[in-house]
Amino acid sequence: MTSLSRGWERIRNAGLFWPLAALALVMLFNLIFTPNFFRLEIKNGHLFGSLIDILNRGAPLMLMAIGMTLVIATAGVDLSVGAVAAICAATATVLVGNVTGATNMPLWEVIPITLGVALLCGLWNGLLVSRARIEPMVATLVLMVAGRGIAQLITGGQIITVYYERFFYFGAGYLLGLPFTLFIVAGVMLFAWLMTRRTAIGLFIESVGTNASASFYSGINEKNVKLLAYVFCAFCAGIAGIIISSNVKSADANNVGLYMELDAILSVVIGGTLMSGGRFSLAGSVVGALLIQSVTTTIYAFGVPPEVVLVVKAVVVLFVVLLYSQPVKVALDKLSRRRGVRA
Amino acid sequence: MKRTPHIDRKYLPLMVTIALFIGLYLYGMVQYRGFSSPQVFYNLLIDNAFLIITSIGMTFVILAGGIDLSVGAMIAFTTVLSAYMLENLGLSPILVIPGVLLFGVLFGATMGAIIHFFKVQPFIVTLAGMFFARGMCFVISTDAITISDPFYRAVALYRIPVFGTGFISINVVIVLIVLLAALYLAHLTRFGRTVYAIGGNEQSALLMGLPVARTKILVYMLNGFCSALAGVVFSIYMLSGYGLYTNGLELEAIASVVIGGTMLTGGVGYVIGTVFGVLIQGLIQTIIMFQGTLNSWWTKIVVGLLTLVFIGLQSAFNSPRFIRRAEARAIRAEADPALEAAK
Repeated sequence: MTSLSRGWERIRNAGLFWPLAALALVMLFNLIFTPNFFRLEIKNGHLFGSLIDILNRGAPLMLMAIGMTLVIATAGVDLSVGAVAAICAATATVLVGNVTGATNMPLWEVIPITLGVALLCGLWNGLLVSRARIEPMVATLVLMVAGRGIAQLITGGQIITVYYERFFYFGAGYLLGLPFTLFIVAGVMLFAWLMTRRTAIGLFIESVGTNASASFYSGINEKNVKLLAYVFCAFCAGIAGIIISSNVKSADANNVGLYMELDAILSVVIGGTLMSGGRFSLAGSVVGALLIQSVTTTIYAFGVPPEVVLVVKAVVVLFVVLLYSQPVKVALDKLSRRRGVRA
Repeated sequence: MKRTPHIDRKYLPLMVTIALFIGLYLYGMVQYRGFSSPQVFYNLLIDNAFLIITSIGMTFVILAGGIDLSVGAMIAFTTVLSAYMLENLGLSPILVIPGVLLFGVLFGATMGAIIHFFKVQPFIVTLAGMFFARGMCFVISTDAITISDPFYRAVALYRIPVFGTGFISINVVIVLIVLLAALYLAHLTRFGRTVYAIGGNEQSALLMGLPVARTKILVYMLNGFCSALAGVVFSIYMLSGYGLYTNGLELEAIASVVIGGTMLTGGVGYVIGTVFGVLIQGLIQTIIMFQGTLNSWWTKIVVGLLTLVFIGLQSAFNSPRFIRRAEARAIRAEADPALEAAK
C-alpha cells in the first residue's frame, strides 16, 4: 500500500501527468459522446478525421506555446504573440500580393523576410525587457497594442487575399499523407528541444527564471538569455502567422491571432510550467495546446455556437489554475500523506 | 540662474502627463480651425465617459499591485445583459440598472476572492473572467440588441448646457460623480491608504496589521462595479447591447492608467492622472480625426509608443541615480535654502 501510494505520488508529480490526464479525459468524453470522432479516412492519399483536424488547426497554437514556454521560464510573459502573428501574416500576404496564380516575390524570399520581421519584433520585446528593464507584461503590451496598428498599416487597412497556390502549402498542404503544418511544428519543437536540452541554454533559462540576479553573479549573461527567449518566441509567432494566413488564404490585421496570446499562455500553464519561471516543459506546453484545441473542436462538434467556447475555456482555465495553486497543492499533499500514514 | 520652485518627486509623472495634455491641446488649437471650440473638450468627455469610469476602477486595482483584464468583456456583458433584460424580458430600468451593477460587484468579488485565497496571479484569474464574460454575452445573444426603452433613450438624448458654451450628456455627470467619489476614496479614507500600502509592499501591509484580504477583494469589487457602471454608460451611449463591443478595452484602460503616471508595480499613482491618461488618448484620436488624411489605426501606434515613453519615464524617475540626486537636492535645500535658491 505504501509503495502504491508512493508510486501514485510519483506519477502525480511527474510533469506531464495532469495535462495528459486532462487530454485523455477529453478524448474519453469524445469516444462516448461524439460519433466518428476517432475515425480516420484516407482521401486522395491524405489522412482525414477529427484527430488530424485538431493537430492541423492546433499547429499555430502549439508553435506559440513552444515559444511562450521559454519566455515564461525566464519569469516573463509575451503578450504580443498574437500581434506579431498578425504583423507576419500581413507581411507575407502583402509580399505575395493578390495576383491570381502568381506571386510578386518568390517564396524563398518572402518567408525569410517575414521571419526577419518576426525576429525584429522579438528583438524589440527582448531589448525592452532585458536592457530597458521594463516589466515583461508591460513591455510586450506595447507591441500588443501597437502591433495591430502596424499590421493594418502594412495591409493598408484591407483584408489582403492571396491567390498563389504554392503559398497555401504551408497551412493546408500535405506531406506523406499528413498535414504539412505538423512537420513545421515537429521541426520547431526539435529545434527548441535540441537548443534547451542538448546545450546549456535550457539550464541558463531555468536559472534566470528562478533567480535572475543570482544567475548574473554566477556568470550567466542573464540579459542575453532573456533576449534569446523573446526573440525565439516572436520567431515561433511569426511562423504561426504564416501558417494562419496561408490556411485562410488572406490576412485580416484585426483578427489574425486574436486572443491567441491568452491561449498560448494558458497552454504553457496547463503544461505545468509555472508563471513564476524556472523549470519548464516544452512537451507539456504542446500537450496543453492540444488540450485547448481538442476542447474547442469537441465543442464545435456538438454544434454549440463557437462563442460559447469562451465560457468553457474560462471554466477550464479556472479549474486548472486552482488545481495548480499553492493552497490546493498543500491540501492534496496533506491528503495523500494522511492516506500513506493510515496504510 | 534662478531655480524653478521645488516639486515633490512623486508629482513629476503626473506633471508630465498634464503638461502633455495641455501641449497636445494647444497643438490642436493652433493647427486646426474649430479645435478651440469648448464643445471639442466636452465631446472628449462624452465619447470617453465609459473609458474614464473603467480606468478609474483599474487605477485602484493597479495601485494595489494587481491587474484586471476582464473589464472590456465585463462592459460588453453589461450592455448585452441590460439590453436583454430591457427588451426581451421587458423589465424596468429601475430593476435593470441596479441588477447589472450588483452583478458587476459580485463578479469582481469572486475574482478577488480567488486571487487572494488561492494565491493565483490576478493576470490569470481575470483572464478567465474575461473569457467567461465575453462568452456569456454570446450565450445571451449572438446579435446586437437595440435598446428602445424610453428611459434609456431620454437619458441618451438629454443635453445639459454648460454656460452657453456647449453641452454635455448625463454620462459626463456620472463620470464627474465617480471621479469625485474615487478621489475621496483614494486620498481621504482608510481604504485608500491601505490600497497604497498593499501596492507598496503587501507583506509590510500585512505586518502593519492592515486588512489586506478585505481590501484586496474590495478593490476587485470596486473595479467590477466600475466596469459594470461603464457598461451602463456605454449602453446608454450606444443604445444597444452587443458582445463584440469594447474589444481590447482592458488594454486601453491599462494604457490610460500608465500614461496617467501610475506605476504598474503598484503603490504609486493618482486617480486624476488616469483621467488625463484617457483624455490624452481621446485627444490623439480627435487630432487624427481633425487631420483627416491619417488612418485611425495610427491612434493605436501612437498610444502604444506613448505608453512606452511613460513607462520609460517611470523607470527613469525611479532609478537609484535619480532618487539619490533628488534626495541630495532636498537635503541641501533644507540645510541652506538661500544657497539652493541662489543656484
